Parts: sequence; C-alpha cells; structure tokens
Amino acid sequence: MDRKVFNKWSNRIFYILGLLATLIGLAVLVALLLDVLSDGLGRLGWQFLTSYPSRRPQEAGILSAWVGTVWIMLLTGLLALPVGIMAAIHMEEYGKKNWLTNLIEINIANLAGVPSIIYGLLGLGLFVRAMQLDRSIIAGAATLAILVMPIVIMSAREALRAIPSSIREASYALGATKWQTIWHQVIPAAMPGIMTGIILAMSRAVGETAPLITIGALTYVAFLPTSPISSEFPFFSIQGLFDPFTVLPIQIFNWVSRPQKGFFADAAAGIIVLLMITFAMNGLAVWIRHRHQKKIRW
Amino acid sequence: MKERFIEGALFLSALFSIFVTLGIIAVLFFETFGFFKEVSIIDFLTDTQWTPLFAEKHFGILPLFTGTFLTTLIAISVALPVGLISAIYLSEYASERIRTVVKPLLEVLAAVPTVVYGYFALLFVTPLLQKVIPDLAGFNALSPGIVMGVMIIPIVSSLSEDAMHAVPMGLREGAYALGATRLQVATRVVVPAAFSGIAASFILGISRAVGETMILAIAAGQQPRLTLNPLVPLETVTAYIVQVSLGDTPTGTIEYKTIFAVGISLFVVTFVLNMISYWLRQKFREVYE
Repeated sequence: MDRKVFNKWSNRIFYILGLLATLIGLAVLVALLLDVLSDGLGRLGWQFLTSYPSRRPQEAGILSAWVGTVWIMLLTGLLALPVGIMAAIHMEEYGKKNWLTNLIEINIANLAGVPSIIYGLLGLGLFVRAMQLDRSIIAGAATLAILVMPIVIMSAREALRAIPSSIREASYALGATKWQTIWHQVIPAAMPGIMTGIILAMSRAVGETAPLITIGALTYVAFLPTSPISSEFPFFSIQGLFDPFTVLPIQIFNWVSRPQKGFFADAAAGIIVLLMITFAMNGLAVWIRHRHQKKIRW
Repeated sequence: MKERFIEGALFLSALFSIFVTLGIIAVLFFETFGFFKEVSIIDFLTDTQWTPLFAEKHFGILPLFTGTFLTTLIAISVALPVGLISAIYLSEYASERIRTVVKPLLEVLAAVPTVVYGYFALLFVTPLLQKVIPDLAGFNALSPGIVMGVMIIPIVSSLSEDAMHAVPMGLREGAYALGATRLQVATRVVVPAAFSGIAASFILGISRAVGETMILAIAAGQQPRLTLNPLVPLETVTAYIVQVSLGDTPTGTIEYKTIFAVGISLFVVTFVLNMISYWLRQKFREVYE
C-alpha cells in the first residue's frame, strides 16, 4: 500500500478509535445507571426511607443509614473545614520557599493518594482504640475528615491563588495589616472556591465505605443517634456524637453481600438514594463555581 | 501580638498533615511490631497460605499479594490503553465543544462511590461475562478488575490530557509543516514530549487500583488463593482488611494485628508509587512552564 494512503487511513482509524475510547466510559456510566434504576426503582418509596433494616427484604429500609450519612457528612465538613482552610492560608499567603514548605507540599500530595482503607486503620488505632471513642459517629467523622483534608487544602489553595495580588496591594495601601487583608479581603473573595472544595470533600465522604467498616461501624442498626435537639434545657445534646452508627454505603454493602436475592433490590434502591446525594452535591459545587465565575471579573 | 498568634495557628494547621502521616506510620508500625513478635517475617513473606482465621493458622501474604497484583493488572490493562487513546483524542482530535461537554461527564465516573461499582460488577458485569465465559465463577478477579479499570480511565485520561495540553503549539506546528498527519504528530511529537506527565498518570492509576477496596470486597470473593487465574474467587489485601473488620475480632489478638501488617505493606507500595508519580509530574511542569 502507498505510504500516503496508509498514513491517511491510519489517521482516520485512530480518530474513530479515540472517539470509541472516550465513549466507553460514558457507555458504562449509562449502563450502570440503567441497571441500578431498573433493579431498585420498584423498592424506592416512603416506606423505604422511613424503615429500619429488616430480615425481610420487603420491609427493610434505610432510615438509620441515611440519618447516619447526614450526621457523618456534616460533621466531616465541620471538622475538615477550619484546619484545611488554615493550612491552605499558611501555604499560600505565608509559606516561604524552604525545605519545610516543600515537605508539607509533597506530604499533602502523597496523603491524597493514600488508599482510603489505610485511613480506616489510622482511625481504628487512633480514635477508636487510643482515644477510646469506640465505634461512634465522632470517630467516623474524624477519620473521614482526615481523609478529605488534602482535597480541602488543595481546592482552598487554588481558590486563594486565583485572587489577584492587586486586591491585596490595595488593602495594604489603605494601611491594613497582613491578617486584616486576608480576613477582610482575600477569604471573602475566595469563599466560593473554598465552598466548592468543601462540598466536593463532603461528597467524597458520603461515598466512603471501607474506612468506616475498618473502624468498626455497624452493619445492622435499628435505632437512630440521639437527636441534637432536646426538649429540656439547654435544648441541645451532643450525646449523638458518641452513639454507634451506620451509613448508606455500608447498608448497601451489607445488602449486596447477602445470599438472598431479595436484598439486591434494596441495595439498588439504596444506591439510587446515594447517587442522588452524590450527584446533587457535585452539581451544587459546579453551580457555585459557575455562578462565581460569571459574577466577578477582576 | 494577635497576628503572631494567628500565624502560629495557621502554621500548626499546615503541620497537621505531617502529623497525619506520622500518625499513620506510628499506628501501623506499632501493631505490626506486635504481629512480627508472633509470626516470623520469613513466613510472612514466603508461606504460600493465608489462613489467619482458621484453626491451623498460616500467615503467608503471597496469596493476598497475587490477588492484588492480578486485579490491578486487569484494571490497568483496561485503563491505560483506553485512557491514553481517549486523552490523545481529546487533546489532538476533538473540537473545543466536544471537550467541554465530555470532560465533565467523564469526571462523573470518578464521583460514583466505589460500593456502587461493586454492585455493578457483581450483578451486571459478572452475569454478562458468564454468557461469554461459562467457566467464570460468581466471584472472580476478571469482572471487578474490568470495572475498576473503567473507574480509573478518567484519572489516566484527564492527567495525560493535561500533560499533552502543556506541550507547546510550536512543536506541533513544526511537525505539521513537515507534512505529518494528526496521528503522527500525536504519537511522535506530543506523546514523547508529554511522556513524564503520562507516566505520572499511569502510576497514579496503578496506585489507585492497588488501594481499591469495595469493588473487590464485593465482587472478587473472600478466598485467599495463590493463583493468577482470573476466573476463580480470590482475595486482595484490601478485601482481607474489610473481611476482618466485619467480624468481631477483639483487640490484641493476632487476627486483629494481621490487618495492620498487611496494611503497612499496602501503605509502602502505594507510597512509593505516589512519590514516583509526584516526581514525574513536577518534572513535566518544569519543562514547559
């Protein structure tokens, strides 16, 4: 075959190959969604959301699981937020180029790649055993907060970096100190970016299963954590933090690993709820970023 | 005065990540040390059976390692070629419009919780594969391996595409001026120029596969087996940790310590992979920025 013709055809064939390779991922995503919807949509309903797990697949529900997931999600965000943002501020605004900054940077990049189950072992050794928090919500949230910390730090740094130095210089020119500049100008301007990172981190925490199983989260929970609002003075309670818990992914895992086929539909219905939460949070993050980009022009 | 205090708090927060790493190492070492007091390290590395939960205990980690090795191999033989070809397509062939639509959609794949992929592997992909390969067991390495590969595609393609994007236009234009086709420009100019970034994405993908847990705990089975046969049930390092954690193993027992001993092996492997990947990424940044 003529070389020129060969080149032309191999180029075309590769174009099609590239298109197919890109579409494989999307095809799998569609297959996954259709499979889960067809298996689980029939089980989804009010009864499913308001029932505890049961031995009978038809009566089982995800009440304790989704309540646990909401607790874990909010607490993880609360715990990861301050330390993550403060670390990012230090690295972007104060960090000098020296070996320590370098080490911290490499270390965070590495932590982002540590398998999540290793964080589970850390949580088991540190929070569950050494600090004797047992298999409580707070132990789970602390474990996940450490797990998502690199995500929070990296996205907060990106948000801070995007603030032009002219904003800082204008503030200094008005006599503000470095911290006043950061607190009153830089952080508010970077807030949408920081929020995006936090929401993505929380959505990651919602889907994590392995570290919570490792710290010993229960797989069968037929009660709710103590409500944070109480009817007696002082009208709130932190008792719930120390209660045992389960979360949606663990409940799904439990149902998938049962031999009875009836529970597979429950698992699929649970997955629909889990995916709705995950996609909603990712969508929210994208929306905040998009809105922010439109509104502010430096 | 107040500012000094705030700066100190900020610095401590930054140091926190170092404490986390030290904490991981300390916890893993502490329990592993106890483990090796009872089990010789030679047995651990050379025994071909892993039966810590049986009456007759063997502590050879090889079956767990081969399990992780085999599933990782299957995953990367899906993710690397598909991810790379897709990255070349997105970077060199696709129009800006296609890229802005397809890239965020691919990232959705990375946002799906892994327990969902486990469900998909066990109840959709395995039955599908069984129609083609009748010998395939209900739990096997093939199906979760493939699904894990699909999950890793966005990691490989997105990072590789970033690296290719960073290759200066001048290099491409030079090649086009010499009469090269798009494919020739991609394979002989862009890919070699972006090589360290592409390699970094490959290694990150491998590290991700090595540490993946739920897909394998659900769809690969829980039978440690020294085999490279992808059609039979086996157990990976990560799935073993899940198996023990689900049972009620009291603190201080040898079964409890095993999860830390296998955990440290996992940590070391992924640590080395992550470091290589980080170093490679720094390298390609230096060249073109």
